[in-house]
Amino acid sequence: MDDIRILTPTDLGTLIVELRTSGFRVMGPTRRGDAIVTAQIRSVSDLPQGVGDTQEPAEYRLHDRDDGAYFGFAAPAQSTKPVFFPAEEVVWRGRRDHERGGHFTVERDTVDAAPIALLGVRSCDLRAVQIHDQVLSARHFRDAHYTARRDGTVVIAVACSHPAATCFCASLGTGPRPAAIDPQTGQPSYDLLLTEVIDDAGHRFVAEIGTDAGRELADAVEAAKGTETDRAKAIEITDAAAARQTRAIDRDNVHGVLKASAESTRWEDVASRCLACTNCTMVCPTCFCTTVSDVSDLAGESAERHRVWDSCFSADFSYIHGGPTRESTTARYRQWITHKLSSWQDQFGMLGCVGCGRCIAWCPAGIDITEEAAALGRMSVLGSPASAAMT
Amino acid sequence: MTTAAADARVRDSGDPMVPRRYAITRVREDTRDTFTLLLDPVNGETLTFRAGQFTMLHAFGVGEVPISISGDPRGVDSDGNPAPLEHTIRNVGAVTRALVNAAPGTEVGVRGPFGTSWNAADAVGGDVVFVTGGIGLAPLRPAILDVLNERERYGKVLLLYGSRTPGDILYGSEMRRWDDLNDVNVQMTVDNAPYGYKGKVGFVTELITRAGFDPRQAFAFVCGPEGMMRAAASALTGRGVPASRIRLSMERSMKCGIGLCGHCQLRELFICVDGPVLSYARLEPLMKVREL
Repeated sequence: MDDIRILTPTDLGTLIVELRTSGFRVMGPTRRGDAIVTAQIRSVSDLPQGVGDTQEPAEYRLHDRDDGAYFGFAAPAQSTKPVFFPAEEVVWRGRRDHERGGHFTVERDTVDAAPIALLGVRSCDLRAVQIHDQVLSARHFRDAHYTARRDGTVVIAVACSHPAATCFCASLGTGPRPAAIDPQTGQPSYDLLLTEVIDDAGHRFVAEIGTDAGRELADAVEAAKGTETDRAKAIEITDAAAARQTRAIDRDNVHGVLKASAESTRWEDVASRCLACTNCTMVCPTCFCTTVSDVSDLAGESAERHRVWDSCFSADFSYIHGGPTRESTTARYRQWITHKLSSWQDQFGMLGCVGCGRCIAWCPAGIDITEEAAALGRMSVLGSPASAAMT
Repeated sequence: MTTAAADARVRDSGDPMVPRRYAITRVREDTRDTFTLLLDPVNGETLTFRAGQFTMLHAFGVGEVPISISGDPRGVDSDGNPAPLEHTIRNVGAVTRALVNAAPGTEVGVRGPFGTSWNAADAVGGDVVFVTGGIGLAPLRPAILDVLNERERYGKVLLLYGSRTPGDILYGSEMRRWDDLNDVNVQMTVDNAPYGYKGKVGFVTELITRAGFDPRQAFAFVCGPEGMMRAAASALTGRGVPASRIRLSMERSMKCGIGLCGHCQLRELFICVDGPVLSYARLEPLMKVREL
């Protein structure tokens, strides 16, 4: 797929029209209040043009940009996670007939049939979708709704040109340019990869083709042919974005560090700052834990089972008769970061962190996963001081 | 361009998230707080299961709980007729209260069976030691029945059972029958006994140190509260039983039973699919860390 195309901002609008005409529900970044979120995109005007962001520990702010960039921001406040894996959904609906000895019927809820086009998905979030594919759709038991929603997805990724101070995808190899191939499935990661370029030559998108479907889309909007020079320009932009990242996780050692740190004194330190508010798990693009709640009417005749996002930071999460397994915040923070950076690899063959930095920005206490991992590394014989100190 | 098929994306048949309907045929009161639910399928055949597996039991409109199956894995009664599905539960929460108070004929939902098996047949040729306390006997009962069904293939069979008080002893008459008819060495102990109680008082782990079995040839199956299992496994390894020949059944919060909800994780393990029955060799390092 060595083909390079050039899309103008007008072509981007045409691309959205083309996707919608083909029956796709286009999901991408849009401004809602003072945050960029992932929502349905009906036209190019829904994109957050001219909006930038600042993200720091416990801080997320939008600001205006004067360059008219459509994708001049880092990780949106919420990732694409809810597109395929909503925060709450109905698993089944049931009715009970009191006249017939409590006989009940249950009907599985089915998902909205429209296939999804992910527009403007960042490398970190795209990698998170690939991770969710492994977690929710590649094992013996699958999440039926997730699998159905993922079916036939078209991906128009946008390489990240404006990482925030909280970003560390470069250290994890998950961005700012997405890998062309999903390492788990061997399938193309995207149909089209856009890199937004604004310079003296104008405002344009360098499009790299990932699949035949991507090529057809580029043809459909009559995107001009590009050259290797354009691709070099795109790579220059993501290389610069990678170089601007100051946070890092020591990818090679973190699995072993966490595994060896179960009894570290660092847990008391971080637990003294952690509010166990669950924010990090709610904004994390890979966190997949859920609970169920059975909702019934007062007469007990109809009931619904809802699947709802849950968090390992809540006391209820590990509750069994007699009390929660993880009663202290110490144990809950340890569970979360150990799962992300170590046991996830044992379970699924990759880390459960993509370096989007949301848990840092949305933590009201500004707890920084990279700082905690580095501290655990320094306190552990397995740590590599050189890379842990890379700031 | 790839287009997604809009129809039949979700198959309802055999969907592990959808409960199948069973009718309560009887609720048997075993002790003051423990009951056995006997269930017959409303449509079709009863499920087949392996000893150690559990189901998600659903009280309509109330909720769902993971409960180990406590019946005979052969699925037939002594006359060869299909046996009801058995679950022994303690009345300790909203769902279990709704289940044990349901009138015969009430329909409940069943998902499963899920999880790993005791695989008691791995013990063939050697001695078998069942160590359990309280309601922990219920998840072990199918494995005991598997062993007794082919009793001649095993060496000594020991059942070391502890309960809080004599009134909390589960399946008491059945344990006596196993002792009398099936050559099972049943030893019981209670934590607290009333005045005049003639039986043994003390922790079940104390029985392990004196029990007559050959540790090098033995397989041990342990089920009970986690502290008791930790102590029992330690006593068993102390007697020389290899950790790889000790199996425990772990309890964790579970919402799905199929490895998706994340609640039951014990570091890298999903207890619902990697367990509940796990080798002590795998569990030992994890059980040493508090609140893991």
